Amino acid sequence: MSDLADGPAETVEEVTGTGIPIRGNDIDTDQIIPARFMKVVTFDGLGEYAFFDQRFDDEDNEKDHPFNEDRYQSANVLVVNSNFGCGSSREHAPQALMRWGIDAIIGESFAEIFAGNCLALGIPTLTADHESINALQQWVDDHPDEDLHVDIVREVVEYDDTEMSANVDKAQHKALVEGVWDTTALMEANADATRDVAESLPYVESESLPRTETDD
Amino acid sequence: MSEGTLYDAVWDEHTVTTLPTGQTQLFVGLHLIHEVTSPQAFGMLQERDIDVAYPELTHATVDHIVPTGDRSRPFGNDAAERMMEELEDNVREAGIEFDDPTTGDQGIVHVIGPEQGITTPGKTIVCGDSHTATHGAFGAVAFGIGTSQIRDVLATQCIAMEKQKVRRIEVEGELGPGVEAKDVILEIIRRLGTDGGVGYVYEYGGEAIENLGMEGRMSICNMSIEGGARAGYVNPDETTYEWLAETDAYADDPEKFERHKEYWESIKTDDDAEYDDVVTIDGSELEPVVTWGTTPGQGIGITDPIPDPEEMESGDADVARRAQDHMRVEPGETMAGYEIDVAFLGSCTNARLPDLRAAARVVEGREVADDVRAFVVPGSQRVKAAAEEEGLDQIFTEAGFDWRDAGCSMCLGMNDDQLEGDEACASSSNRNFIGRQGSKDGRTVLMNPRMVAAAAVTGEVTDVRDLKEVNLA
Ligand code: SF4
Repeated sequence: MSDLADGPAETVEEVTGTGIPIRGNDIDTDQIIPARFMKVVTFDGLGEYAFFDQRFDDEDNEKDHPFNEDRYQSANVLVVNSNFGCGSSREHAPQALMRWGIDAIIGESFAEIFAGNCLALGIPTLTADHESINALQQWVDDHPDEDLHVDIVREVVEYDDTEMSANVDKAQHKALVEGVWDTTALMEANADATRDVAESLPYVESESLPRTETDD
Repeated sequence: MSEGTLYDAVWDEHTVTTLPTGQTQLFVGLHLIHEVTSPQAFGMLQERDIDVAYPELTHATVDHIVPTGDRSRPFGNDAAERMMEELEDNVREAGIEFDDPTTGDQGIVHVIGPEQGITTPGKTIVCGDSHTATHGAFGAVAFGIGTSQIRDVLATQCIAMEKQKVRRIEVEGELGPGVEAKDVILEIIRRLGTDGGVGYVYEYGGEAIENLGMEGRMSICNMSIEGGARAGYVNPDETTYEWLAETDAYADDPEKFERHKEYWESIKTDDDAEYDDVVTIDGSELEPVVTWGTTPGQGIGITDPIPDPEEMESGDADVARRAQDHMRVEPGETMAGYEIDVAFLGSCTNARLPDLRAAARVVEGREVADDVRAFVVPGSQRVKAAAEEEGLDQIFTEAGFDWRDAGCSMCLGMNDDQLEGDEACASSSNRNFIGRQGSKDGRTVLMNPRMVAAAAVTGEVTDVRDLKEVNLA
């Protein structure tokens, strides 16, 4: 057994910081990180390519995009609309956002694989209705230097005098708040039970099973 | 909650335990890997000094970055070569079977699994690729995962997941001539939306689905993710079993086939199964569907007018306006007559043998239009070889198509096959997102393979049913 099974991962109960809005439904992973930047074998350095094609033209001149604006450079809470992160399963997308500086995302809805990938990185994805999100995006626009407070435990986002309720998926809530989002460690602890299931499946040949200590 | 569906049965068979997060720890029967999403996962494993738990249940190929022209090593592109070497090192160290291009078995990950018979009913199948749902055509429960989950699977052969709801999509009636599986799924996405399937697994059934061969079923399951559903499946039947009986896994071992078939029969959806939702579509009403916009949900029948953003809800209207701007199309017009610069016949949606056959029948005796670049990228080396056996390569090259080697190619433009500038492409692939085919000004029109062939020879989006002397049978 590896050492990572020893203790839980760190907990993510809250995120505080300034916000950055990205507007639009169906923002897909090809927009978040274009495929040509995925010819890499590590995730290092992906941050600078987040939203690359929306941020730069063919001559690499900056275009209008929140990720280019000075006032948002230290933001860490991304506010988006619906079906954010649809498209591919590439973890490069949340990795790029995380490495750019994003610690939490609030939106109307998220594509499932994207939300799962975020969770694996300890990035909460909170959802709220259309009106609340619009209002929050507007507020962030108007107050780029003011902190908002994302409370994962209580499922609220606090800004100004507003307390906006935001939903955190049940498993995500538990994983973040109790620090059990390192699923490798959790599942490694059940190796024997896993082997039992494998043995019970008619299509798993016995040669494919891992050797147990008693095999030797 | 659903009850008695194939999904429920497979879920139960593969459940290891419930995790402290409330998620289920699910055993993975087959893990497919490729060069783009796996290296970081192997890296994480090495950092933590963990071995691959079940290397024999893992299978590798190279598809996304592999050149489709000159494939001699080292690859012309350094980054591509580096990724290939990394994969070679990783699979060698872990003892994972790898279909590299020298084996003749290489191809797009969602094409090679089924053709080798490692994709089977009742299996849980995962891959770091969102189109993994393709394998659901065989009655497998198959879905795409992220890199951290790839690490989980390599380390434990399990995945932590919450159970989804099940929506039955019943496609009744018979599809008309020239209407293909691709049109069915584009229509489903158009109707239910690109996020309509979030939280659901799609069970496709009904007469139109049952009448499809395995390849058509794969085209449909393939694009489940474009409709927001992480997995989609078709219950196995005689068509499924006939396919499997001829694969490497079973051809020489009828005894094993019978043994496994017993299990396949046991996981099928019961007659009195309960679903969380049921949607019915009349397949006989469909016509070839093409996209006018920049999401796969922005599709329209070839004779129907492009919708007006003014008549949509605000969020959709913005997306539609930007899409129409990008595509340079006007509401009220049809897509027929939309000029194209490139015709791409390929991808894990539509680059299997029947797709190439159907397109070849359209192309036969015609020529690619002036100024159109047209090319065929078979889904796998085996598909390529089988097509050559039938002389399909001749038909395509005589018409002016380029005949390439297997890979993802212009489906996502990670190798040299990319759109340039604002080129418009008639594409048999699955995504028309801006920038998807390698140029951020490029314009993609999704359609079925015959329609791609028709566009190639006419230079514009064309209703293949209007072409003279085309056998649409
Ligand atoms: S062909 Fe396209 S969709 Fe299919 S696996 Fe390759 S890149 Fe993904």
